[in-house]
Amino acid sequence: MTDVSPARYSWGGDEFVFVELAEEMSLQANFRAMAITKALRDDRPDGVLEICPANASYQVRYDPDVLAPRELQSRLQELEKQVGDAADVTLPTRVVEIPVLYRDPWTTETLMRFRDRHQDPDGTDIEYAARINGYGDVEEFIAAHSGSPWFTSMVGFVAGLPFLFQMVPQDRQIVVPKYLRPRTDTPKQTVGYGGCFSCIYSVRGAGGYQMFGITPAPIYDPTQSMPDFADFMVFFRPADIVKFRPIDRETYDAHLAEVEAGTFRIVQHDVEFALAPFLEDPDGYNAKLLEVLA
Amino acid sequence: MITVRKPGLSTTVQDGGRAGFYDLGIPPSGALDQYALQAANLLVGNPHGAAVLEIVYMGPELVFTAPAVVAVAGATMVPKVDGEERPMWESFAVGEGETLSFGYLTAGARAYLAVAGGVDVPEVLGSRSTYALGALGGHNGRPLTAGDELRIGDGVNGAGAGRVVPAELRGAYSKDVEVRVMMGLYDHRLSTDGRATFLDTTWKLTPVADRIGFRYSGAELETVEREPPFGAGQDPSNIVDAPYPIGSIQVPGSVEPIVLHRDAVSGGGYMMVATVLSVDLDVVAQSAPGTRTRFVEVDLDGALAARADGKRRVEKLHDALG
Repeated sequence: MTDVSPARYSWGGDEFVFVELAEEMSLQANFRAMAITKALRDDRPDGVLEICPANASYQVRYDPDVLAPRELQSRLQELEKQVGDAADVTLPTRVVEIPVLYRDPWTTETLMRFRDRHQDPDGTDIEYAARINGYGDVEEFIAAHSGSPWFTSMVGFVAGLPFLFQMVPQDRQIVVPKYLRPRTDTPKQTVGYGGCFSCIYSVRGAGGYQMFGITPAPIYDPTQSMPDFADFMVFFRPADIVKFRPIDRETYDAHLAEVEAGTFRIVQHDVEFALAPFLEDPDGYNAKLLEVLA
Repeated sequence: MITVRKPGLSTTVQDGGRAGFYDLGIPPSGALDQYALQAANLLVGNPHGAAVLEIVYMGPELVFTAPAVVAVAGATMVPKVDGEERPMWESFAVGEGETLSFGYLTAGARAYLAVAGGVDVPEVLGSRSTYALGALGGHNGRPLTAGDELRIGDGVNGAGAGRVVPAELRGAYSKDVEVRVMMGLYDHRLSTDGRATFLDTTWKLTPVADRIGFRYSGAELETVEREPPFGAGQDPSNIVDAPYPIGSIQVPGSVEPIVLHRDAVSGGGYMMVATVLSVDLDVVAQSAPGTRTRFVEVDLDGALAARADGKRRVEKLHDALG
């Protein structure tokens, strides 16, 4: 058991309660948010409208005319105690493989348009990220970004956008500041980076994360016309484990043709993830986890 | 059927909104002014959840291919049938082939047009509301454009023309407003002075005011010093990306607070320092750029009392039009 400090509870007006499990990001804080919100979902009190796990916190939207605010808070505090450090919790989830064309022409064209908002106006986003994280060159950086798995610590910002937390010890995590001022444009399916999170932009729009590449895989389909979206329009779920696979332009074009033909599928396998054995031996645990992709 | 001859500035199909998908980044959407939505629906005898058109700043021109009973509530922009003025907050008839248009906006920001039977677009995730950022719901997931055709639902035994919302139950819109908030979330990032500045400043709504959020200008808020926690980012206003309540007020760079509304981004990395009471989101919805705004602090009991007052007002509306 590790010691965890008590969560911080705060009202978000008359319909939200916000709970911060830790001020700093860690897989454990995220795992506790997942475990508590899962327990609440499994035994959902009347009046609970939305249950939103996030990186190191979560929020619940509720109807205070049905469920008294302080009653909800004590229920959440019970769950916090029950989950504890989440060492014993196992989550059923998926390993998902996302092909990425790093340094693609579309994000490169976009990032060049917004150099005046960037820390390094003379380079590209990925050159900057490689340099400040101490990698010899961009190839080494891509090897690191695509070498380890990533944990989907939150889905949101806009519909279906996954926040991805690198599953390596903190001293090996990539950290890159966001743009100095946000862009007004980001191509759909851009693989981005801000702070300690990678992400995949689900729709075209504004954004402040660094842009490293693009995936041909659609991750949000409001018309539900593609096979991966038969059940729901959003692909990602909190706790999904993501592995990026670098691809070349030829493979990208081939995948895109499959997307257009309506046959493209994201490679995915069901797995169980447990926090304690991961924390004990991250590299060994990851290697085993990713065997399903071999 | 309604044919859109001119779309107006940004006219969207909206209803009470969708619940249950905010955890995946899909916000509730729905009419930003929920009170005006209910008034418009009640006037034409629609059930509470019926879809209406939300009209922002400038009205559309709509041609009716069949007779209908309609009502306009919310921001003052006088409706006209074939150029002839009709009252706000009152149901009236539009004949086959007639055109409904609107005068200039003179108060508020958003008007709601209800048609007996409701605007009949497909339900997506339990709602007909438009979430344009996600190209979801409403009419093809976007604001109306010229040439669009909207079906009107049937099966509603609509009320007739000439039903009126009593004067005391109509929205009253001012360029000086008070918006009640509960402090909290990350307000501990503010210094005592920063907190006082937030509550003492008369903020002015900037032109950046849409269904996602309303941005205000006025002052810079002082924060307390800290060692940034891992994953938060260097700016004093940065936090580890967290979920954003609807109505929460974030302050990127400690300047220009943004009130998130019903198409909110569901999370992000800027400190939120307060949350607007759900009933006062209607006040924000009716703020046009330039509106002078004070954020007034209430505690949880105050917020629940305000909520109960809001409900009583809606009950009176039902009693008056029931």
